Amino acid sequence: MEHIVIIGNGISGVTLARHVRKLSDKKITIISAETDYFFSRTALMYVYMGHMKFEHTQPYENWFWDKNRIDLVKAYVKNVETKSKTLYFDNGGSLQYDKLIIATGSKPNKFGWPGQDLDGVMGMYHKQDLDNLEKYAPNNQVCKHAVIVGGGLIGIELAEMLNSRSIPVTFLVRESNFWNGVLPEGESGMISRHIKNHHIDLRLSSNLKEIKSDENGKVKSIIIEETGEEIACDVVGLTAGVSPNVDFLKDSDIELGRGVKVNRFLETNIQDVYAIGDCAEQHEAIGNRRPIEAVWYTGRMMGETLAQTLCGNRIEYKPGHWFNSAKFMDIEYQTYGWVFSERGKKDFEQHFHWRHDDDTKCITVAYNKNTNAFLGINTFGIRMRHETFDKWLTEKRDVDYVMHNLSEANFDPEFYSRFEKDILTAYKNQLQTA
Amino acid sequence: MSLARPDALNITTKQKIALALGIVGLFILTLALFNVNFPNKGLFLTLALGLIVVGTILYSRDAYLNKLEGIKNDGQWFKSVSSRGIWGWILGVILTAFYIVLYFFAEYLGLGQGTDGSNTGLIRLFDPLSQLLSGRNASQWFVYGTLYTVAILAFGYKFILKYRHNRYQQLRTVSVMFFQLAFAFLIPEFMYRLNSGIPYYDLKNMWPLSYYNFEQYRIEGFLTTGNLGLIMLIFGVLSIFVISPILTYKYGKRWYCSWVCGCGGLAETVGDPFRHLSSKKQSAWKLERWLIHTVLVFSVIMTVAVVSSYLKAGGFWTGEEGNKRFIEYWLSNEAFLIGIGIFLTILFVGVMVFKRNELGKDAKYGAIGYFVVIAALVLLFYTGTTEEIFFIKSYKLKSAYGFYIGSIFSGVIGTGFYPILGSRAWCRFGCPMAGILGFQQRLFSKFRITTNGGQCISCGNCSNSCEMGIDVRHYAQKGENIVRSSCVGCGICSAVCPRGVLKLENDGMEGRINPTEVLLGNDVDLMKLVNQK
Ligand SMILES: Cc1cc2nc3c(=O)[nH]c(=O)nc-3n(C[C@H](O)[C@H](O)[C@H](O)COP(=O)(O)OP(=O)(O)OC[C@H]3O[C@@H](n4cnc5c(N)ncnc54)[C@H](O)[C@@H]3O)c2cc1C
Ligand code: SF4
Ligand code: SF4
Repeated sequence: MEHIVIIGNGISGVTLARHVRKLSDKKITIISAETDYFFSRTALMYVYMGHMKFEHTQPYENWFWDKNRIDLVKAYVKNVETKSKTLYFDNGGSLQYDKLIIATGSKPNKFGWPGQDLDGVMGMYHKQDLDNLEKYAPNNQVCKHAVIVGGGLIGIELAEMLNSRSIPVTFLVRESNFWNGVLPEGESGMISRHIKNHHIDLRLSSNLKEIKSDENGKVKSIIIEETGEEIACDVVGLTAGVSPNVDFLKDSDIELGRGVKVNRFLETNIQDVYAIGDCAEQHEAIGNRRPIEAVWYTGRMMGETLAQTLCGNRIEYKPGHWFNSAKFMDIEYQTYGWVFSERGKKDFEQHFHWRHDDDTKCITVAYNKNTNAFLGINTFGIRMRHETFDKWLTEKRDVDYVMHNLSEANFDPEFYSRFEKDILTAYKNQLQTA
Repeated sequence: MSLARPDALNITTKQKIALALGIVGLFILTLALFNVNFPNKGLFLTLALGLIVVGTILYSRDAYLNKLEGIKNDGQWFKSVSSRGIWGWILGVILTAFYIVLYFFAEYLGLGQGTDGSNTGLIRLFDPLSQLLSGRNASQWFVYGTLYTVAILAFGYKFILKYRHNRYQQLRTVSVMFFQLAFAFLIPEFMYRLNSGIPYYDLKNMWPLSYYNFEQYRIEGFLTTGNLGLIMLIFGVLSIFVISPILTYKYGKRWYCSWVCGCGGLAETVGDPFRHLSSKKQSAWKLERWLIHTVLVFSVIMTVAVVSSYLKAGGFWTGEEGNKRFIEYWLSNEAFLIGIGIFLTILFVGVMVFKRNELGKDAKYGAIGYFVVIAALVLLFYTGTTEEIFFIKSYKLKSAYGFYIGSIFSGVIGTGFYPILGSRAWCRFGCPMAGILGFQQRLFSKFRITTNGGQCISCGNCSNSCEMGIDVRHYAQKGENIVRSSCVGCGICSAVCPRGVLKLENDGMEGRINPTEVLLGNDVDLMKLVNQK
């Protein structure tokens, strides 16, 4: 029986295993050094905040794996020998595979800051990071102040986490407004204000210079590059993005770039070795996507796709329209299609922006100013229907159509106030003044 | 029911004062329980209840209004009281003890313990209020009803503040507060005042939740009180056979379970801090399906048996001595039993023919239930007498039913175990009404929880906060709508979802149940290939 071995029990590896099991009788083994069972990384924050216990982040009960004949191995793969198709573990063991799938995810970026490996300095990616945070920041007596470096999605989650335990936070963000490398200015301004409303000390256009140690090798303070200001703190969170977790493959024959290089079939340069999820890097970016897509949904989609290939139906990874979502403290964010920030947008991309007076809801609709084609939407504080936008994007609707039919896409709970009329009025006014 | 969170992390001074007020209120009640004879009962009762309410209100305002609107679940798995810690267990024991005393030892509360049978203790404290409303002295049920109503109102207010960004939550909470205050509490008391002889009737409680609704004394009550009584009897029958199916078809069982029902009302307000404690294990789901349907079958059989036993007598005598008259039932026992048999058979065959697919594996259990009921009907038909049903004295059977289902299950376990089993243990495992509504919801309803394409990140917030123990994530992460008989439509899963994945909706029946394998967002050809198998 063919032996499928998957390194990494994250969403991509597990989705693949589930689908392979549905389609076939192959022997499946999943290896992970992190946890015994698959858990949802995206829910780590809720464990620290006390909304859930760690076991609640596990989407499948423990009997699931046995029942579906998916073997779980807890070990760290330190070497991959593709010639003999053997994996070597750091505990001395080894394992033979017929097909190998690398789904090892990411690791937090560290940019060589002085002091980045001190006690009390941590990323927020793995279960171990959570345990670490629990150790160094159990409450606001032990951790009197925390500093977060890097204003992305994980950074703001970490800020919310610490806030839930009343630990004062200073949040260093390189950009001039929160996440404005991705978000248009109107939105990133609103989120910046929202962060401050939560009494988080948000420092824009600020970089980390160094992290200072106390006599025990634990963080004592940090210094800000621009101002030289020293901020005393007990914990430093490094959340300046992630990169593929592929260092253990450096000595193998598998081609690496920043991640594991794959073609559209998610195949590497070595036969019978594949890569999916955060650690896979496309030779060429697909459409507007980045070559490395470090999000949940794409990991899942690659898993769904590769399962077909492994079970005899070789198909390309051909993702549909882009979508994503996040939550910034109390404000939910969803996006469908492409809306770029001022920095990233092309000349033809024009935006219509509407913001509610309460400064917690807004939308930005991107369209092609030459053809009026609808390109995408960012929505904050108003839920919208994935299916509707997916359809409109496929049908290549123009922006007028979208604006007039926006209520069809509303996904807010029943009885919520609706804003489509206000939005449409604003849209028409903008057209007149434009 | 207690606001006390002795282990609360960082509670503010204001919250401490509020807690203290509430505790003083409870303390007055406790003193009364231990037979302290307060001089001006009306005043002290007002004081006690007032302090509890004011304490709750002040506490909630300080807890929620100082923060931005949003989900407020921080620390719920850390606090001892809401995570089965020591305080949770203590609270559970106190509540359970209260229910046991209430149901079985009301004399300890002071019921009829005074000379000439007047009340003492806690119940006496409530006499003035009862006099005011219905013109009679309080009973243990009046005390319970009052505390229950006060609790729903005070904690309902707290819940509304907690979800002040969510209109769905606010409206349904106002609704349960209203139905509890008006329908369960005030109207029945006023009705008594009219001195009509109509039995206590909480109009929103329908059979089989009020399993006693068609018992002999009530039927006699309805039939001897003229048009009003008759209207109520007819309403009682219509509400379960006509009104409820229509509303459930349009809106799902939520119209009742989380907008109207008193048990649900308590669970959603007082029970809210415990909602996440329900078990999401698949084994719990299996147990649930067996238990709730067994209770349902049992209550159908019991009710039929009880009704059958008095129908056998043909009618009953009423009126004063010397002026007695015989009121004949217009329905004979045989017609009744055969009618029920035919009704159930039509229902059963109809479901098996038209809804076989939706039923799936459950069809077998449905069949078992059906045949058990039919067998019981046959047995009743041939062996039942006015005294005995199933060869057991009918009053014994009746009291056993009231004891196990009515008292132990719904009260002691259902509410007393809030801090252990979560807030809806009764609704989930025991309520026969929920069983019927759930059956309808699964098969004949426009209601479903829609999932938003491929947006789910499997975080588990939805499952965690489902008080009915539904593993919502199981469906959401597959992009599949949630159509579960037990869902009470509380909408909390939707509220807590950080990615806006869930929406409670009433829409067409077509495509309501939509098992999927590959989610929206992936290659359209792949989706077609995999999902249309
Ligand atoms: C806090 C946080 C919040 C997030 N929120 C979102 C969100 O809201 N939406 C979204 O789209 N994305 C989010 N993400 C990103 C998302 O979680 C990732 O894209 C996704 O988990 C990647 O899945 P994966 O299967 O590729 O890898 P991973 O989930 O990283 O799994 C890889 C596993 O492989 C193990 N492993 C690595 N190397 C080895 C080795 N040599 N031997 C053995 N085991 C090894 C790792 O320990 C890990 O357990 C978030 C990430 C974090 C950290
Ligand atoms: S599934 Fe959602 S709406 Fe239904 S009972 Fe559970 S939490 Fe409430
Ligand atoms: S539906 Fe929402 S709350 Fe539930 S697992 Fe998915 S993202 Fe989390």
